[in-house]
Amino acid sequence: MDYSQFLMMPQEIGLLIVFLLVFLFDTFMPKRLQTSLSYITCVLFAVYTAVSMICPLKGMAFAGMFESTAATFVMKQILNIGMLIVLIQSIKWANEDFTIVRRGEFYELLLVTLFGMYLMISARHFLLFVIGLESASLPLAALVAFDKKRYESHEAAAKYMFTAMFSSAIFMMGLSFVYGIAGSLYFNDIAFKVAGTPSALLIVALAFVISGVGFKLSLVPFHLWTADVYQGAPTAVTSYLSVISKGAAAYAFLIIMVQTFGAVYSQVWEWMLYALIILTITLGNLFAIRQRNLKRFLAFSSISQAGYIMLGVIAANEIGMASLMYYVLVYIFSNLAAFGVISAIENKTGRVGMDDYNGLYHTNPKLAFTMMLAMFSLGGIPPFAGFFSKFFIFMGAVKTGEVAIYILVLIALINTIISLYYYLLVVKAMFIVEGDCVVPRIKSETSERLGMTICTLGIILIGPASCIYTFLTLVVKDGSSMFCFIQ
Amino acid sequence: MKFDLTILMYIIPSVIMFCCGVYGFITRKNMIAILISLELMLNAVDINFVVFNRYLFPGQMEGMMFSLFAIAIAAGETALAIAIVINVYRVVKNVDIRELTKMKF
Repeated sequence: MDYSQFLMMPQEIGLLIVFLLVFLFDTFMPKRLQTSLSYITCVLFAVYTAVSMICPLKGMAFAGMFESTAATFVMKQILNIGMLIVLIQSIKWANEDFTIVRRGEFYELLLVTLFGMYLMISARHFLLFVIGLESASLPLAALVAFDKKRYESHEAAAKYMFTAMFSSAIFMMGLSFVYGIAGSLYFNDIAFKVAGTPSALLIVALAFVISGVGFKLSLVPFHLWTADVYQGAPTAVTSYLSVISKGAAAYAFLIIMVQTFGAVYSQVWEWMLYALIILTITLGNLFAIRQRNLKRFLAFSSISQAGYIMLGVIAANEIGMASLMYYVLVYIFSNLAAFGVISAIENKTGRVGMDDYNGLYHTNPKLAFTMMLAMFSLGGIPPFAGFFSKFFIFMGAVKTGEVAIYILVLIALINTIISLYYYLLVVKAMFIVEGDCVVPRIKSETSERLGMTICTLGIILIGPASCIYTFLTLVVKDGSSMFCFIQ
Repeated sequence: MKFDLTILMYIIPSVIMFCCGVYGFITRKNMIAILISLELMLNAVDINFVVFNRYLFPGQMEGMMFSLFAIAIAAGETALAIAIVINVYRVVKNVDIRELTKMKF
C-alpha cells in the first residue's frame, strides 16, 4: 500500500493531531494544569485552522474513494470557522461545576464528529460516506445526553438516537438497492449506470437515500426529532448541531445528488426535492410562530433555513453550489450569534423562554443588540449578510430557467415574509414590550463576548464584502465537471 | 437488470424483515424492543448487500465489505443506544417510550 496518499488528506490529519493532543492533555496532565484545557483546545484548533489554510492539496486518495478539491477544502474551512466559534462560546459552560470533570470528553467527541463531517464532504464512495455519516451522528447522540442531571437531556438523546438509527437503516437500504442497480458504490460509476430511463427500483432507492439524508438535515417529513433534541441538548451542543452538522450534511447531499444521481435529475429527484422544499420551508415557518421557548423557536427556524439551503441543491448548477456554501457560512455566523446570546443568558439565569426576554434592551442593551442583528440576518433584512445569502441562493435556483422553479422561489419568497414576522417577535419582545424585566443586568464572560463579537462582525461584514462570494464561485469552478451529468 | 428466482428467494425475506423492523419501530412501547426492531432493519440491509454481490456481481467483493462495515456500525449504534436507554432508566425507572413525553410540539 502506498502510504503517501494519506498526504492527500492534510485537513483530516491536522484535525486528528488536534484530537490526539487534546486527548493526551486531558488524560495525562496533572489536575492543576487541566483547568486550561478549554483554552488549549481553542488555541490548538485556531492554529490548526490557520495552518491548514496554507496548503490546499488537490487529488484523489484510496483509489478514488476520497477526493480533495478546492471546494471541499473551502467547505471544511467554513466548518472550521464555525467550530472555532462554538468552541469559544462553550468555554464558560465547559468550566462550570457540573461539566468540569467531563469536559475533556466534550471536546474529544466534538472533534470526532467534525472528523466524520470531513469524511462526508470528501467521500466519493458510499462506504466512506456511511462511515463519515455515522461517526458524525453517533458521538453527537452522546453529546446530546451530556447534561446528566437534566431529564430533558436524556429524553432528547433517546429521541435523537432512535431516529438517527432508523434513518441510517433506511439510508443503507436505499444504498443496497443502488448497489443492486449499479454494481458499484463509487459515485462516478453509479452516475454512468443510472443514466437512461429510471427503473422502479432506482426510484425507490432514491426515495430512501433522500429520506436518510433528509433526517440529518431535518427536512420536513423527517424533522420531528429536531425541536425536541434542540430543546433538550445543552446549548453548546445545540448550536453545534444546528450549524456545523447541518452545513456538512447539506454539502454532502449536494455532492451525492449531483454527482451520483445527476443523470436522473429531471426524471426523478427534482420533483421529490421540490415537494420537500415547499413542505420544509412552509411547515418550519408555521410551527416556529407558535413557539415560546427560544431554543425550540430556533429549531423550527433552522428547519425552514434548511429548506432554503436545499434551493442550492435543486438548482444543481455552479451558482447553486457556490451560494449553498455562502449560505452555510452566513448561517453559521447569524445562528451562532443568536445561540451565543441565548447561552450567555441561560448560563447566568437559566431562562430560555421568549417572555423572559421582555424588555431585555433596558437591562442588557448589548446582548439585545446582538440578538437583533442575528434575527435581522436570519430573516434576510438587506444590509446584513442574511439578505445576500438568500438573494444568491434564489438567483442560483432561478438560473435553471424552469417555470416550476420560478414558482418554487416565489413560494420561498412569501415564506421569507412569514419568517420576518416571527423573527421580529423576538426583537419586539426585547425592545418594545414594556414590563418588569426578568433577566437582571448580566456581565457576560470574556469568551462569550469574544464569540459574539466575531459573529456580529461576520453578520455585518460578509454581506458587503463581495469578494467572498466571488471567491466561492471561483472555487466551485474547479470541480464543476460533476455537473455534466445533470439532465 | 433482471431478477431470477434464486435472488428473489433471498430478497423477499430480507424485505419482509425490513418491513417487520419498521412496523416494530413504530408500534413497540419498550425501548429495548425498538432497538431489536432497528437491528432487524440493519440486518436486512446486510442480507441485501451480500445477496446482490453474490448473485449479480460475483466478480467483486464490494457488497460483502460494505455489509461487514455495516455490522460494525450497527454494533456501535446499539451499544450507544443501550447506554442512553440505561441513562433514561436511571431517571424515570422505566424503559417505556410513552414516558418520554415532556417535550412536545
